[in-house]
Amino acid sequence: MEKRVTFKGWLLPLALVFPQAFISAVFFFYPAGQAVWQSMFIPDPFGLSSQFVGLGNFEYLFSDPYYRSSFVTTAVFSTLVTVVSMVPALFLAVLADRLVKGAGTYRTLLIWPYAVAPAVAGVLWMFMFNTRVGVVSWYLGQLGYTWNHVLDPNEAMGLVVVASAWGRISYNFLFFYAALQAVPRSLIEAAAIDGARFWRRFFTIVLPMLSPTTFFLLVVNIVYAFFETFGVIHTITSGGPQQATTILVYKVYADGFVGQDLGSSAAQSVVLLVVVGALTVIQFRFIERRVHY
Amino acid sequence: MADQPMNDAGGMVEKRGRSLWLTHAMMILGVLVIFFPIWLAFVASTVTQPDIVSPPMPVLPGSHFFENYSRALLAGVNVPVATMMLNSLVMAVGIAIGKIIISLLSAFAIVYFRFPFRGAFFWMIFITLMLPVEVRIVPTYEVIAGFGMLNSYSGLIFPLIASATATFLFRQFFLTIPDELAEAARVDGARPMRFFVDIVVPMSRTNIAALFVILFIYGWNQYLWPLLITTDPSMNTIVMGIRQMFPSGDDIADWPVIMATSILAMIPPVIVVVSMQKLFIRGLVESEK
Repeated sequence: MEKRVTFKGWLLPLALVFPQAFISAVFFFYPAGQAVWQSMFIPDPFGLSSQFVGLGNFEYLFSDPYYRSSFVTTAVFSTLVTVVSMVPALFLAVLADRLVKGAGTYRTLLIWPYAVAPAVAGVLWMFMFNTRVGVVSWYLGQLGYTWNHVLDPNEAMGLVVVASAWGRISYNFLFFYAALQAVPRSLIEAAAIDGARFWRRFFTIVLPMLSPTTFFLLVVNIVYAFFETFGVIHTITSGGPQQATTILVYKVYADGFVGQDLGSSAAQSVVLLVVVGALTVIQFRFIERRVHY
Repeated sequence: MADQPMNDAGGMVEKRGRSLWLTHAMMILGVLVIFFPIWLAFVASTVTQPDIVSPPMPVLPGSHFFENYSRALLAGVNVPVATMMLNSLVMAVGIAIGKIIISLLSAFAIVYFRFPFRGAFFWMIFITLMLPVEVRIVPTYEVIAGFGMLNSYSGLIFPLIASATATFLFRQFFLTIPDELAEAARVDGARPMRFFVDIVVPMSRTNIAALFVILFIYGWNQYLWPLLITTDPSMNTIVMGIRQMFPSGDDIADWPVIMATSILAMIPPVIVVVSMQKLFIRGLVESEK
């Protein structure tokens, strides 16, 4: 879509786009280009010069068992975060949708966790499950279960998943609730007259009508789990134990800043770049399709 | 939200009696479960260290609210929490306002002018949509270090306003402004910037406000970027500073102060979200389109 009525001149519009163009160039395109460039070099141990290795960093990367296991970890983590954040949200949205009175109050209360930063959520959950002072781990101990996410990889994964999914429940709830409100009442009442009970109506009518929202949320939640959960992992596990919670973004940080392996870190950035690109294409494809509904 | 003029509470699908109470009960249970971590943090911020280190800690607030919060705000662990909150505020407001201004200007140019490289520019901002700062941290860090912008507000703010979501949102909105308004402005001989200031910006105020809410929370909740570039504790933001309050090694953390800080870190974004709920939901839905 384009405007028919436009103003004349070219100097003014160029001046208007300049701030954004300049900031994008300096803080976005140049660093992104650098990442691609650096991914093809290996700096010498003194950082004085670097040697061109072409795709060598990538070959090395994919032959590195730690990196491959980080891919698996990321896949497991993002799948779990997506499921754990979407299922309870849908359940709560269905409940809220059945209420005429009070739904607004519940919505206000449920929005809260969205505003809590992932890193702060990490601190809250780490406090509850702390091996020394945590309330939940203490009660688990009373029940005869020794909780120790510092040593147990599965418990560590479980904890970072729940802490990451927690705030997302609010977000998903808002979208599901809005979508449920938009389902035509007449459809549901017609099914009710035909004798369909609540759950049958839900699975045969409501859920299919929610599919655009569900698919949209799937993509955004995966993007969230990939890129915005760094704070949760850094505060709770720092990627451990034995790298059990080292997702790809955490590894870029750990190798680039802690390990100072710039070539590998840059190559990892490029891999992530491709992943984001693919996810974005999926998202836009989907949104284009939704327009035709 | 759809209007439902025909949907009275007594519709045949609506549940009454026991079923309604059951729905409320499950809803309340859900809210309680979701709220539990925040409640526990609040309780921990009002009791003493001995109350916490000998589990189980109490589940009702204690009497040390003022003591713990003033200790956090004025002394903190490495740096007073008040300082970190100020840094977070500057960063969040800077990102929100900066992004809104540059996006309003460039969206106005893209929609209301035909100029050289317009298409190229459009694609350039389109690409920036795709790359979160997490992906390009090492080179971006080097750029900031090269400019001597480590431990500075500009270093905290600029790399995070280089993204195009806001530009797209404003472009979408400007396209819906009736052409007659621009026509009339042109006939009256108004300069483009007059039209921008007198008509376009005031008409966009709801969008601006909605975007401000979203961007404020985005900026306030940043973690990785401040962690990298603020090595000086007095430049730490509150969200990244909490983790720095944990002692290294086997020392026991000062839980009441850390939990008070966690509560302080969530208060501003929670106030913004809850008090501007309608704007927030609108901003969320629109910026994701």
